[in-house]
Amino acid sequence: MPLFRQTYSRVLSGQVLLILFCLSGLSFLSILFSLSVGSIDIDLSQVFAALLGGAQTMEAKVILELRLPRILSGFIVGGLLALAGALMQVLLRNPLAEPYVLGVSGGASVFALTAMIAGLSGVWINLGAFAGAFVSILLVFGLSRIGGSWNPMRVLLTGVVVAAGWGALISFILAISPATKLHSMLFWLMGVLGYARYSHFALAVLLMALAISMSIARSLNLLANGDQQAMALGVSVNQLRYLIYFLASLLTATAVMQAGSIGFIGLIIPHLVRLLFGSDHRLLLPVSVLLGGCLLVIADGLARTLIAPQQLPVGVLTAMIGVPLFLVLLQTIVIRQK
Amino acid sequence: MALLTSKSLTVTIAGKRICENFDFQLERGQYWGVLGGNGVGKTTLLLTLAGFRQPDQGDISIDGINLTQWRRKALARKLGILFQDSLDTFPALVIETALTGRHPYLPFWGIEDKHDIDIAQQALLDVSMQTMATRQVNTLSGGERRRLAIATLFVQNPLLWLLDEPTNHLDLHHQISLLQLIIERVDAVNGGLFMVLHDINLVTRFCTHAMLIIDHESILCGPVEEVMTLENLQSLYQHPIKELESDGIKYFFPE
Repeated sequence: MPLFRQTYSRVLSGQVLLILFCLSGLSFLSILFSLSVGSIDIDLSQVFAALLGGAQTMEAKVILELRLPRILSGFIVGGLLALAGALMQVLLRNPLAEPYVLGVSGGASVFALTAMIAGLSGVWINLGAFAGAFVSILLVFGLSRIGGSWNPMRVLLTGVVVAAGWGALISFILAISPATKLHSMLFWLMGVLGYARYSHFALAVLLMALAISMSIARSLNLLANGDQQAMALGVSVNQLRYLIYFLASLLTATAVMQAGSIGFIGLIIPHLVRLLFGSDHRLLLPVSVLLGGCLLVIADGLARTLIAPQQLPVGVLTAMIGVPLFLVLLQTIVIRQK
Repeated sequence: MALLTSKSLTVTIAGKRICENFDFQLERGQYWGVLGGNGVGKTTLLLTLAGFRQPDQGDISIDGINLTQWRRKALARKLGILFQDSLDTFPALVIETALTGRHPYLPFWGIEDKHDIDIAQQALLDVSMQTMATRQVNTLSGGERRRLAIATLFVQNPLLWLLDEPTNHLDLHHQISLLQLIIERVDAVNGGLFMVLHDINLVTRFCTHAMLIIDHESILCGPVEEVMTLENLQSLYQHPIKELESDGIKYFFPE
C-alpha cells in the first residue's frame, strides 16, 4: 500500500526535511485561503498587496487588522492542540486520548464561564481559563499520584472522572446563567477564534514544547511500546511521563485560553499523521503541529463564510470535518489489518 | 566479579512471599534456567533482579554496582530483559521495533545511522525475519512477535540476559534454534543468562545452572547435574516424573 511507506527510511534519509517543507507550503496556502475568504471575499492579489504593505484600502485593513491576527492565532492553536493530542496519546498509551480527556478544558471552562457570569470580559476570561486549566492539571496529577504508582490507566480514570465532574459544573453554570449571556457562553464552549488575538506567549509555548518533545522523541517511540519495554531499553519512564503530562497540559491550557475547547483536532490529527507517515515521533510531532494548524485555519475560513455574515463556532467546523475524516481513517485501519 | 548478585533479598507480591533472605550469584559464562510451578514468583523475582520492582529488603548488584546507583540508560547496555508478552498500541514496523534496541547506544540527539540499521537487519536475519522488515508489527503471529522481541534483544546486545519464558509461542524448531542462537550471543560477549522456562529438558540441554523455586523457603540453586535430580523435580512440580536416558543424555517426562 503506497500510503504506508517506511518511516525509518524517512527519518534517516533526510526525507523529513522534504516532508516538512511541503507541509510548510501547505500551511502557507491554507493561511492565504483563510485570509481571502470571509464576510467579504478578497482576491489573492489584494491579499498579497496587503501582506507586502503599502496598500491603504479597506480590504488591506480587514486583512491586516482583523483576519491576520485571528488566523495566525488559529494556526498556533491548531498546532498546540495537535501536539498536545499526540503527547496525550503516548502518555496514556491510548489511541482515543485527546487533549481534553483529563479534564484540562473542563476546568478551564468552569473558571471562564464563572468569569463571564461575574461580568468580566476580554483578557480576564482568558486568564480565568488558564487558571482553571492549571487547577485541573494539578488536581488530576495529585489525585492520581497518591500512593505512588502513577500508571496510565489510573491517570486516565482519574482524569476522565474529574472531567465528568467539571462537565456537571458546566451544566450547572449554564442552567443558572441569565439568557443574555448564554449565547456567548455556548460559543466559548464550542470553541471560537473570534476573541483570539495573536499572542507571543502562545507561540512561545508551542515552539518550546515542540523543541522539548522533539528532544525526547526517540524515548516517546519506546514509551509507545509499553513502560516496561521502554525502561528495559534505558528510558527513565517516570520522569518522562511527568514531563509529557505537564507539556501536554500546558499546551492544552494555552490553546483553551486562546480559543475555548475546539474539538477533534487533538484526536484526529495525530492519527492522520500516523497513517500517512508512520508512528516515529520525530516525524509525527512536527508534522502534527503543521497539519493541526492547517486544519484549524481552513475550518475557521469556512466558519466565517458558510453562513456569512454570521459566523459559526470553529469547533463545529472542526468536528464536521473531523468526524467523517476520523471514521474514514478507522475504516482504512481495519481494511489495512485484513 | 559476579555479573549479578543478590544479598539477603526478600520479595513479596500482594502479600505473598516470593523469597526470603535470598543470596544469589550469577557469574559470566553461567547459563541459569529457572523452573517452578505456576504463581511461585518466577517472573516477580526476575523483574526484581532487573530493577523493575522494589524488593522488601536486600541488595542487588549488577556488575558490582548497586542497582539503585545505575542510570537507566547505562544499565540498558549491561542488562537486557525479555518480557513474557509485548504490547502494541500504535502501528509500528518490524524494523523500527528492532531498531529500538539501539536506543541505549545512541546519544541524546542522535539518529540511527547505517551502522545501526545493519545491526538491526542482521538481528532480523538471525531470527529469520529479514523478509518481514517492513511489515506492521500488529500483523505478525504470536511466534513472529516473540522472534522480533528476541531480535530486539540481539540488537541491544547486553552482558546479562534476563529472559522470561523465551520459548513462549515458539514452534519446536524455533525453540531449539533460537535458544542456541541466544547462547551463542551470550557466549560472544562472555555474558550471563538467567531464563525462566517451563520445559525441564530445555534446561538440561542449554543451561549450566538451575534454580528450582519450590517455595519461598526452599529455592535450590546449583549446577544442572547437581540440582536437576528426579527427586528435586518431583518435589518441585508435585507430580510423578520419569527419567529416560538416550545417547548418554537424561530426559525427564511427566508420568
